[in-house]
Amino acid sequence: MSDSDFAIRMKGVTKIFGDSPQTALDMLRSGKSKTEVQAETNHVVGLDNVSLDIARGQIFVVMGLSGSGKSTLIRHVNRLIDPTAGEIFVEGSDVLKMSLPDLRTYRRNTVAMVFQKFGLLPHRSVIDNVAYGLEVKGVGKAERLERAAKWIETVGLSGYEQSQPRQLSGGQQQRVGLARALALDTDIILMDEAFSALDPLIRSGMQDQLMELQKSLGKTILFITHDFDEALKIADRIAVLKDGAVQQEGKPEDIVLKPANEHIEEFVREVNKARAIHVRTIMERGEFEPCEYTVPSNARCEDVLPYFAEHQWVGVTNDEGTQIGRVTAKRVIRALARYTPGANEG
Amino acid sequence: MFPELIDTRPLRRAIDDGLNWVVRNWGGELEAAAYPLLMLLNSIERLLVATPWWLIFIIVVGVAWLATRNWKLPALVLVSLLFLGVMGLWRDAMATTALMIAATLTVIVASIPIGVWMSRSLRVRQIITPILDLMQTLPSFVYLIPAVMIFGPGKIPALLATIVYAAPPLVRLTDLGLRSVDPAVMEASRSFGTTPRQRLFGVQIPLALPTILAGVNQTTMMALAMVVIASMIGAGGLGYQVLQGIGRLEVSRGLFAGLGIVVLAIIFDRITQSFGKQLQARIGLAEAR
Repeated sequence: MSDSDFAIRMKGVTKIFGDSPQTALDMLRSGKSKTEVQAETNHVVGLDNVSLDIARGQIFVVMGLSGSGKSTLIRHVNRLIDPTAGEIFVEGSDVLKMSLPDLRTYRRNTVAMVFQKFGLLPHRSVIDNVAYGLEVKGVGKAERLERAAKWIETVGLSGYEQSQPRQLSGGQQQRVGLARALALDTDIILMDEAFSALDPLIRSGMQDQLMELQKSLGKTILFITHDFDEALKIADRIAVLKDGAVQQEGKPEDIVLKPANEHIEEFVREVNKARAIHVRTIMERGEFEPCEYTVPSNARCEDVLPYFAEHQWVGVTNDEGTQIGRVTAKRVIRALARYTPGANEG
Repeated sequence: MFPELIDTRPLRRAIDDGLNWVVRNWGGELEAAAYPLLMLLNSIERLLVATPWWLIFIIVVGVAWLATRNWKLPALVLVSLLFLGVMGLWRDAMATTALMIAATLTVIVASIPIGVWMSRSLRVRQIITPILDLMQTLPSFVYLIPAVMIFGPGKIPALLATIVYAAPPLVRLTDLGLRSVDPAVMEASRSFGTTPRQRLFGVQIPLALPTILAGVNQTTMMALAMVVIASMIGAGGLGYQVLQGIGRLEVSRGLFAGLGIVVLAIIFDRITQSFGKQLQARIGLAEAR
């Protein structure tokens, strides 16, 4: 596939922080590890040969612990950080070849970003914050305020237009951040740990809202998080990052069911697998006698668990409502128990 | 005694001759170049003197009320102004205020761009910082005498000396204010495709404004601190009264004029500070609300 078939395409992107990154890059290429490079040259490897293909219209989550390079990664997409080596294509155009004016046009029209610490302008009201991107683009005052008001309503902050950001709670402030990014009407939205600073309940509400928005607007969302549960909940695809390198990339259930290495297994052990695994990935396809209870194929294991109190199996239907297979209690238990500590030995 | 390693006399002579050469050949041009400053000072002074005292009372007390929305500061300002009037210091206070305002305006125009420049380049900061240190620590007479040689005694050297002495804090605080704007906010602004100019005027300066205003406050205070010295070379005003008081051993004259300077300092300090606090509250930087 060509570069323009993907929303975002990164090829062999490497970032080394330090005074002479090329020397460190050569060492890294010759096979030395991140720790060795750091010990010998005092250069920090931020990203190590990262290649990602992100298709349009999906929520792509990059998951990693602090220091894994995930925030560095997302900043390469809109070139807040320049890579040491590699190529980045967004909607088919080479981001690294852009001149400064081109880069500004690109940031104004193609990628918008939401930040962990919100990054709101404290001296401007909510509506002026939301309209900020439009103002930068040169949209007239009446039009930008009208568009900003619409997005404020979409994120559920009507009535707060004239408030100052500091008068809002963390969740509300991040809604302003989200509305500000949405107001630019870009195809791609970058979210850097956007919900990490929020309380769990508010975070969950924001996740639901983001998924709904994505469904109705069809945006490509690159989402960074350190929270595996969050990744499993919202992601169409997940890439797990460690020490600046991609460890595994795939659908959420692929990662839960077939973790590529020890590091990812550790994450998997801690999560609620019943939420991560869709019934379609573990069901038996084929003709079975119609069952009293059925669930759609995009249901998750946690949705079918209650039925097993009464039944041995539950039917699975496709989008039209036709039964296409079934899922048994045994299969669900096998999927959930697979990677619990001790159970996967031998 | 420290041994004489080299003969420094040629160097001293070169400097003295150089200055004399400048006075002889460039005196007129330099005076003409400084003429706009003199115009500025004179027009401010004329305006202040021509304005009836009660109008100045109303304006200054009104500004004090706007700055605090509270009766305390306006009351203090009113008492201070009454003191100046009752003690017969009004005319001199206006002259001193004019000098202070002219110096502050010039400093604002010159210092803020320099502060902006410093905040953007480490090299510029490394060059300008020692110059600022020099301006603040070099005894003012050292540059006052050459200034008098060039411009002749009068208001121009007085104003220049005041500017040199009062400019550094504003430059430093502008630089500091711009550099301490939350990097997260700057990054967010960058991510929206802003030009450096849009970031400077839309984000950095508005957020640094309380710090810049603190610099303006410092500048007014330092300008007032220079008035006695400035009066020695012909600035007039309250400083001249102090000087006369000392010269004639009239303690009362020196004391009241000195108190007049204090009173002016209080008025301008409190008003600019209150505006700074108001501004800080507006952009949410005030501590513990």
